[in-house]
Amino acid sequence: MSGNFLVYIDQFKGQALPTSWEVLSAAHYLAEKLGGSIYALALGEASQAVAEMAYQYGVEQALYCDDPSLADYRPEPYTALVSKIAQEKGVGVLLFPTTSRGREVAAMCAVDLQGGVMPDVTELEVVDGKIIATRPVYAGKLLAKAVCDVEPAIITTRVRAFKKPQGDASRAGVAQRVDAVMAEGDIRTKVTGYAQAGGGVSLTDANVIVSGGRGVSNNPNLTPPADMDEKQAEIWRAQQGFKLVGELAAVLGGAVGASRAAVDAGYIPYAHQVGQTGKVVSPDLYIACGISGAIQHQAGMRSSKIIVAINKDPDAPIFKLARYGVVGDLYAILPPLTEAFRKRLGK
Amino acid sequence: MNIVVCVKQVPDSAAKVVAEGGRVTWGDAPLVLNPWDEFAVEAALILQEATDANVTVISVGGESTKEALKTALAMGCGQAILISDPALEGADSRAIAQVLSAAIQKIGDVDVAFFGKQAIDGDMGVTAAQTGRFLGWPVLSLASTIKLEGDKLVIERSIEEGRQIVESKLPAVISVSKDIGEPRYPSFMGIRKASRANIPVWSLADLGIHAPTPLVRWPDVVNPPAREVKTEIITGDSPQQIAEQLADKIMEEKVL
Ligand SMILES: Cc1cc2nc3c(=O)[nH]c(=O)nc-3n(C[C@H](O)[C@H](O)[C@H](O)COP(=O)(O)OP(=O)(O)OC[C@H]3O[C@@H](n4cnc5c(N)ncnc54)[C@H](O)[C@@H]3O)c2cc1C
Ligand SMILES: Cc1cc2nc3c(=O)[nH]c(=O)nc-3n(C[C@H](O)[C@H](O)[C@H](O)COP(=O)(O)OP(=O)(O)OC[C@H]3O[C@@H](n4cnc5c(N)ncnc54)[C@H](O)[C@@H]3O)c2cc1C
Repeated sequence: MSGNFLVYIDQFKGQALPTSWEVLSAAHYLAEKLGGSIYALALGEASQAVAEMAYQYGVEQALYCDDPSLADYRPEPYTALVSKIAQEKGVGVLLFPTTSRGREVAAMCAVDLQGGVMPDVTELEVVDGKIIATRPVYAGKLLAKAVCDVEPAIITTRVRAFKKPQGDASRAGVAQRVDAVMAEGDIRTKVTGYAQAGGGVSLTDANVIVSGGRGVSNNPNLTPPADMDEKQAEIWRAQQGFKLVGELAAVLGGAVGASRAAVDAGYIPYAHQVGQTGKVVSPDLYIACGISGAIQHQAGMRSSKIIVAINKDPDAPIFKLARYGVVGDLYAILPPLTEAFRKRLGK
Repeated sequence: MNIVVCVKQVPDSAAKVVAEGGRVTWGDAPLVLNPWDEFAVEAALILQEATDANVTVISVGGESTKEALKTALAMGCGQAILISDPALEGADSRAIAQVLSAAIQKIGDVDVAFFGKQAIDGDMGVTAAQTGRFLGWPVLSLASTIKLEGDKLVIERSIEEGRQIVESKLPAVISVSKDIGEPRYPSFMGIRKASRANIPVWSLADLGIHAPTPLVRWPDVVNPPAREVKTEIITGDSPQQIAEQLADKIMEEKVL
């Protein structure tokens, strides 16, 4: 591999997604081994300030484009511009964060640039001048060592797999504006708005996740309002349980996760689901409450650093992954646990 | 209106998958329709019901892949095509996308091509976007609702920040999120029809293309390092006592 590095900084309405900076660590590692300059690029509304933040993490040049045609993310005009810049700057490796936008633009740039794409990479090595990218496959049951035989190599890094580099505020610079490639009239889609639904759940970035499963609805001591039918009463119970889960998450500064059983039963929106058909997370602390630990759930949380399980059933498979376990009723354990952390963390 | 759904056959999500000598094995675990692709089939059938469209399900794979195609037929897809060619051994995502785009063009007059979010074996989540790029069609990923209004599609798509609402001209590529709704079960009639279906097989020559050169290889596949966890079960006389001990232990891990 030779040539320069292009790092795509993913942003939304002027806010960089935190995992974007982690990509710069990966770029620095590769640049040290292979030589070449690092360029950073941010696109969209208010992208200039975002691009300029990259200077503190050490880049040769930051680029941005805030053309009205790029105000909202659309894959076609974004890809066209990223591909053009990669060609102009002699880029041998493009790096993206594995966000919904990053993954998509990476995939499409690979078509434009006749490059190879290696998404969701957790580790990089350079051996004999070749990049070897480690990618979890089969829901993390295996690790593939992927190699791209051509230039450019296109890599997306898994959230939290690379450490955010140390920033140095004294390194500042002015980002260079680049022009859009596609005219509005040639773009076949239009973004007409945004809706919140399920938004604001930032599971993949979270340092701490407290998750609830089917067990959160299991508290016979709760008396639901009299006018509810059985299903409504179950959901009502689950909501009381998720309140306890949420309170612990709040004290720990974390996010709330859930099993598919909890989502399918209507206890909590899908945006919270962890697992094979939900989100793949790797927080430093994962607390599973009333979750049995089915293989598909494990697929989403197995790489968490410290796993804690609270479950009534001593034989629940989740205990096999857990560093700490409590065999007991989550309704009894969670309130004093929240209180214990409140004291210790001074909240 | 013509709809295509692209599906993959994968080892069951509960399969015990292990690497042996750099190769992937899953014992006698069953091969199934990729779970995310069930949502793609569901979305296609919802659109079909609204428009009376033709739904063709296609897959690139070996002979066994006909079973996954039959599952989609049993759910309600109209016809199935298998694309199979020994030259596709070791194909990377870009190559598969190129083959799918050639197949979609050969089917002809396709208005929408549906995809799943991701295949649960390769876990790449890129094939929809790459196929769309080859076709030169708009890519609408992670759709949670899909409506046809006149000659344009109105889609809500899941993004990190919530939902983005997008209008698109046809033809388009759509990948489908779980929010579309539970996939239907195959009907009894559907299963009977599928079991009798004669699924045509297209080779690369039928598509009029050469095997695309793979640009990415995966020379080694390894088992992840065993997770050395010693589980410590916290016990005590009261929930309070257990909670205090557990909190102390977690604080000592210095993860907070
Ligand atoms: C293709 C496919 C994809 C899937 N994808 C996912 C996925 O992405 N994520 C996912 O999570 N699952 C997924 N699943 C489902 C998975 O197989 C399990 O069914 C699911 O994870 C079970 O959820 P659960 O642990 O909450 O429920 P259960 O397995 O019912 O476990 C509930 C647990 O709560 C405990 N409990 C009950 N009451 C209490 C109490 N008061 N206090 C403490 N503990 C209590 C019980 O002992 C039990 O262990 C998938 C399945 C398939 C086939
Ligand atoms: C261990 C291993 C590692 C690999 N690493 C890489 C790599 O780093 N880079 C690379 O380019 N390739 C890689 N591949 C190859 C890649 O997995 C396949 O080319 C695959 O077809 C595309 O990736 P995916 O299965 O993850 O599909 P995804 O992109 O996750 O699939 C998304 C959707 O596309 C559709 N789709 C996918 N495959 C097919 C198909 N065969 N037929 C019809 N529709 C389909 C389905 O709707 C699916 O839901 C790897 C393969 C293996 C076995």
